[in-house]
Amino acid sequence: MDNLLLIFTDYTIRNVVLGALVLGVVSGTLSAFAVLRKQSLLGDTMSHAALPGVVIAFLVTGTREPVPLLIGAMIAGLLGTLFMNLVTANTRIKQDSAQGVVLAVFFGFGLALLSWVVRQPGAEHAGLNKFLFGQAAAIVESDVLTMLVIGSFALVLIALFWKEFKLISFDAQYAKTLGLPIARLDVLITTLIVIAVVVGLQMVGVVLMSAMIVAPGVAARQWTHRFGVMVALSALFGAGAGIIGALISSGAINVPTGPVIVLCITLIVIVSLLFAPARGIVWESMRQARRRRQLRAQIGQPTARGASYPRGVYKP
Amino acid sequence: MTVTHSPDIPILIEDLTVAYREEPVLWDVDLTVPPGALMAIVGPNGAGKSTLIKAALDLVEKSAGRVLIFGKLYAHMRQHVAYVPQRGSVDWDFPTNALDVVTMGRYAKLGWVRRPDKSDRDIAFDSLTKVGMEAFADRQISQLSGGQQQRVFLARALAQQAQIYIMDEPFQGVDATTERAIIAVLKELQAHGRTVIVVHHDLESVPEYFDHVLLLNVKAIASGRVEDVFTPENLRATYGGRVDALIGKGA
Repeated sequence: MDNLLLIFTDYTIRNVVLGALVLGVVSGTLSAFAVLRKQSLLGDTMSHAALPGVVIAFLVTGTREPVPLLIGAMIAGLLGTLFMNLVTANTRIKQDSAQGVVLAVFFGFGLALLSWVVRQPGAEHAGLNKFLFGQAAAIVESDVLTMLVIGSFALVLIALFWKEFKLISFDAQYAKTLGLPIARLDVLITTLIVIAVVVGLQMVGVVLMSAMIVAPGVAARQWTHRFGVMVALSALFGAGAGIIGALISSGAINVPTGPVIVLCITLIVIVSLLFAPARGIVWESMRQARRRRQLRAQIGQPTARGASYPRGVYKP
Repeated sequence: MTVTHSPDIPILIEDLTVAYREEPVLWDVDLTVPPGALMAIVGPNGAGKSTLIKAALDLVEKSAGRVLIFGKLYAHMRQHVAYVPQRGSVDWDFPTNALDVVTMGRYAKLGWVRRPDKSDRDIAFDSLTKVGMEAFADRQISQLSGGQQQRVFLARALAQQAQIYIMDEPFQGVDATTERAIIAVLKELQAHGRTVIVVHHDLESVPEYFDHVLLLNVKAIASGRVEDVFTPENLRATYGGRVDALIGKGA
């Protein structure tokens, strides 16, 4: 109970919880769209591609203020997407390979830059490598505010273009015949995914932020056949994993936040895949076993000895 | 042949050419679809049937040519044209139900930001009723059979309340109930003066279902009323020597 009260009184914990909440809701919402558009790996590419942006923004501005660094991350993420589209459009390389190429090149460059910067004398670059795995405990009030502003912007756009995003996710060609500018909407939703990645960078880090773009949507899809419910559940799962993970990580010092949050969302995914009512693997295999038993019973009825025949024996 | 003003002609295609890399898929196709026509597009595999309607709808890039809808470029006339894509072109595991998919046919009329209201859902439900799917309105779309999915796509186009309907292989792999339902809808559209183009693969049913036909094999071999152009000579020109087996006694 005392621990619970700390959420409202302790400055650090309040920031961590609020930050994780924003992170979870924004990435969870976009995750639903990314999963339905079969673009999950795009988040992976863009979060890794953000690293050189963060480091270069630090080198240019000389500060660790979050806003310039996040702008750097965003520019790098969008450049990565642009580069990926150029590769897919002008070569025979397919989308998945292009994503792999962009991820490796940008992330490798980012890591090289980062390790060089960290070896420089001076203390300014101290927290920079926290962008790799995230550090929730280092979040301050202004960071939370930044996340809130960027995240709300993304959520408002999702709300405004709700039906258009739904339609291009289901049937883009048909959407085009209705006159929707599908190329521009595509750019917009990709940008929003970049924004979701950027919102989570300080907490989860570039390496594992992709999990927050993939996992909540995958888990949510298991529980519902309704689009709106899926998006809401995805946001809820994202927020839940974010908050619990961030609290655990800031409680036990020296555990980076990203991996803990990812473990939490992974747990949600596993439970969803196994136990969701209509699509869960457990129920599905039980239903199949029951159907097999019923079928065997029906086939077996004419014989007095019941349903079992030796395997491989031909029965006229 | 350059017709600049043809406000009475629902679809006028001029010099349409499409090439993937160097290979022409469609070559210099001209086509006039008269008002109220129920037209089949037939031709062998790879003849460019689907490409023709996709190029007309700006879904694939044209190398040359243009498409006029009631005398104006298609880009300005989208609201008059409803498209029924092939069923296999989407992932039916999308989390939504039949009525919601049909309601998507209203999105163009709604414009930006506005959400569908009761009148849109009523129109969508009426459209489902026209294809005999009203009992499945709440059904998750992955739980529908192939034929039912095809009818949902047709209902979505009906909800657009357009003048022109363009369908890509609506009879492909559907059950007899669906085939009858689609035919009934096509005849009703025609009775209301709408113009319908259907990519079709079954030569035998062409005279029964359609009154106009385009015989296509990269080039337009012939087009016009079924009784005028659906002849053994034209079919042979379209399909090569294999046509006798295809149309059996009719040839």
